[in-house]
Amino acid sequence: MRYLPLTPTDRSEMLATIGADTVDDLFRDVPEGVLNAEIAGLPAHASEMAVERHMKKLAAKNLSAADAPFFLGAGAYRHHVPASVDHLIQRGEFLTAYTPYQPEIAQGTLQVLFEFQTQVARLFGTDIANASMYDGSTACWEAIAMAARITRRDGVVIGPIHPHYLSTAKTMAKFTKDEIRELSPALIADAGDDAMIDMIDDKTSCVVVQYPDILGRIPDLAKIADAAHGKGALLVAVVTEPVALGLLESPGSLGADIVVGEGQSLGVGLNFGGPYLGLFGAREKYTRQMPGRLCGETVDADGKRGFVLTLSTREQHIRREKATSNICTNSGLCALAFSIHMTLLGGEGLDKLSRINHARAVKAAGKLAAIDGVELVNEGGFFNEFTLRLVGHDAREVALRMAKRGILSGVALSRLYPDSLDLSEGLVVCVTETCSDEDVDALVAALAEELA
Amino acid sequence: MNAPNKSGWKPEMGEAGAGPVARTASGDAGLALEEALIFELGGTGKCGVDFDEEPGDVSPALAKFARKAPVDLPALTEPEAVRHYTRLSRQNYAIDLGPFPLGSCTMKHNPRLNEAMARLPGFADIHPLQPMDTVQGAYEVIEQLADWLCKLTGMEAVAMSPKAGAHGELCGILAIRAALEARGDAREVILVPESAHGTNPATAAFAGYRVENIPATKDGRVDLQALKDRLGPDVAGVMITNPNTCGLFERDMKAISDAVHAVGGLVYCDGANFNAIVGKVRPGDLGVDAMHINLHKTFSTPHGGGGPGSGPVVLSELLAPFAPIPFVRRDEKGRLRMVEERGAKDHLPQTFGRMTAFHGQMGMFTRALTYMLSHGVDGLRQVAEDAVLNANYVLRSLEGDLDAPFGEAGPCMHEALFSDENLPEGFSTLDIAKGLIDEGFHPMTVYFPLVVHGAMLVEPTETESKAGLDRFIASMKSLTARAKAEDESLKSAPHYAPRRRLDETRAARKPVLTYKGEGVPPGTPSLSEIGGS
Repeated sequence: MRYLPLTPTDRSEMLATIGADTVDDLFRDVPEGVLNAEIAGLPAHASEMAVERHMKKLAAKNLSAADAPFFLGAGAYRHHVPASVDHLIQRGEFLTAYTPYQPEIAQGTLQVLFEFQTQVARLFGTDIANASMYDGSTACWEAIAMAARITRRDGVVIGPIHPHYLSTAKTMAKFTKDEIRELSPALIADAGDDAMIDMIDDKTSCVVVQYPDILGRIPDLAKIADAAHGKGALLVAVVTEPVALGLLESPGSLGADIVVGEGQSLGVGLNFGGPYLGLFGAREKYTRQMPGRLCGETVDADGKRGFVLTLSTREQHIRREKATSNICTNSGLCALAFSIHMTLLGGEGLDKLSRINHARAVKAAGKLAAIDGVELVNEGGFFNEFTLRLVGHDAREVALRMAKRGILSGVALSRLYPDSLDLSEGLVVCVTETCSDEDVDALVAALAEELA
Repeated sequence: MNAPNKSGWKPEMGEAGAGPVARTASGDAGLALEEALIFELGGTGKCGVDFDEEPGDVSPALAKFARKAPVDLPALTEPEAVRHYTRLSRQNYAIDLGPFPLGSCTMKHNPRLNEAMARLPGFADIHPLQPMDTVQGAYEVIEQLADWLCKLTGMEAVAMSPKAGAHGELCGILAIRAALEARGDAREVILVPESAHGTNPATAAFAGYRVENIPATKDGRVDLQALKDRLGPDVAGVMITNPNTCGLFERDMKAISDAVHAVGGLVYCDGANFNAIVGKVRPGDLGVDAMHINLHKTFSTPHGGGGPGSGPVVLSELLAPFAPIPFVRRDEKGRLRMVEERGAKDHLPQTFGRMTAFHGQMGMFTRALTYMLSHGVDGLRQVAEDAVLNANYVLRSLEGDLDAPFGEAGPCMHEALFSDENLPEGFSTLDIAKGLIDEGFHPMTVYFPLVVHGAMLVEPTETESKAGLDRFIASMKSLTARAKAEDESLKSAPHYAPRRRLDETRAARKPVLTYKGEGVPPGTPSLSEIGGS
């Protein structure tokens, strides 16, 4: 077998050294009848060529974004990733390293994490950031749990965030007994700032606001932050599309106390939903309440600058049941990919990328809204994602028919909100730099035909 | 550096604290390259990405939200970026460079076919919310992987969405809690052996349980009698690692499960050590109700310097109805469907809910399935056998040099455990670990499990050759001999790594977590010397 270096001779020699007759002697603690029980229905080993054939056949059954005009977002975004990113993350020294527990021989990973934390903090406008979480949805839940630790309150107000994020938070809240009150979105331009503010009371631990929100609307974070702080609550901002922060004011500078997000947009690719990476930033005074790994600067015995994982007294392997989170493995390689992409862009490149996204989306939205029976919900502005109201149609059915025409037109809100009739006409459309003018024209023409 | 050293070895360098050895203007020393931070490389006025169009203006509706200036972040062009990250990569140790015998981490070779398959556009460039008919192949990957996992473990169902081992633990414990609550019997306590991974108690506490420890017997296993004595109507369940963190198979696992079930509790098995028994033992045959599987351990997906992982959880018949959403099922027409919030009422009414956005670590699923198909069920059995053989070979080759606390009790599973008992006063496990770095190896897991003094937990995995193990054993013997000869230089190891021992106290006392441009600490070569452009 191509992955197993021991030869039959090696095995015999080693058994002799050990003083065992057969390898099953080494399994003698396993009860009889349990050891080597037959496992039926699974194939035997296969060559690289045969496995490749099998996997390629499966891959070919999927319609990949490159083969269709593609306009899906809603928490996962398609951006062009420079070729050097994937090349660099496949360096074996990054790819096949473990969590940097031995800092003397892990400075590569550690320095990357230090640079990553700095990039995320500056992007979010927070003092600090951690070394990544699993993804945006789990980062969002961890932020809610962190706010509860800080405020010692258990009320949570959640605005129109990604429904999977809300669903995740609700699952966890069932077990921690946090009390979640949510503001469901409606197909209107108003992002619900005042409605959220009205829901804050003196039991509220935090207000969770997505920026831009699930419909692509931009909430007024500064106003909500003021209201939250006035009641002793924290503002948790959630960013599912970090490219938006190339153009929008950072949540931290608008008063958010904790900023979390999904970092997939930069460097990672769609990957059918994972692996992604959770971004997590906060005010410095909350450092010791942070979940996850933190990389910090120090010096070695020769006085040379170096980096280590630090403040691990917050973490499960030291603190056990008193840890701030049970997270262990996080999303290191995706953080590397994010960081490399961000390094290639820099602040000015991100600014350009975000403006290109925005301009293309504005242009496409104009063309789409001109179709009979289509209304643009986001009159109050949007970044690269907006919601169309397909008057009198279930958007899910329309999206299915569009897919049959070979166009991936957007995310139907009824997929995300199966119980809401009010939202069933909503189609969330995302236009990034990867959508060509021809793609947009094809979308407009096909949608006009479908709705005619 | 891999050649065995005789006792009395001294590093051929300056004394500790005497400063860097390289007396070069650049601060580099041949192929030992230093690298500055991106913030120090002068990345203004340039960009590593070209665009085909000029950036547009901000629409009037958005103007009031627009930032006043670009984010303050440096940029590097592609040649600079490739060099920056390649230079940094060379300061990392990795499986690709040599043995990485971290106990309980299963650092095995990561096959490159897995990487190639995960990057097929049909897998890598599809969106999780595409219409279901356009991603049937992706659902099929999930279905096939789930089938492998259920059959290899002898379990009823599998929850695929957990993102890593600890997330999987949480999934299992939440399923247990949901099942108990469904019968109106939530209970309060989860029992965890003293030797458990830290994630176990952290997970149980997160799910609202009180954690109590179960003691171990002298031979390193769960004390069945003590466990039975503690069991009662308040115990929701146990979390047990099998093979356990001492590297031993829990002989009484079936009896433990039976005893827990007899009082109405449930059994969670931490599957971090599944590599020892894959294809040989089905945990379902031992009465387990839930177990996470680290695809990034047993099934060879890369660790990537700390993730991403993937932690599917296999579930017993009793727990399957409480699994999280989403999951894949076939409809009456044979089409694959992802059951999400829509459909949960019909197909999984008792689900405890969603744990994460979308459907889990697809990129890890394609890698793990590729690995399983490559090995086949016969090859996976060989994986477990070779992993256990390698560990026992290390155990028996070193037990004359180092104390093996459970060596007399019989064979180990896939990891060999040693203590610092035989080391002279003043020499510690840490010194052996840091000495291994100079020898060109990654250290083993140290000071874990906590039940052994100065633990050294060695997990070679099946992908080490005998010759590679012999070199590792020779280095371990040399280091032990140096410690026994009270070779002081060992206490300041490593001497040959990119950095000497790092000041962790300083890092924690006044944490510096982001670059603030405050210059570099004394003793560090200046920017020009570090080799920045």
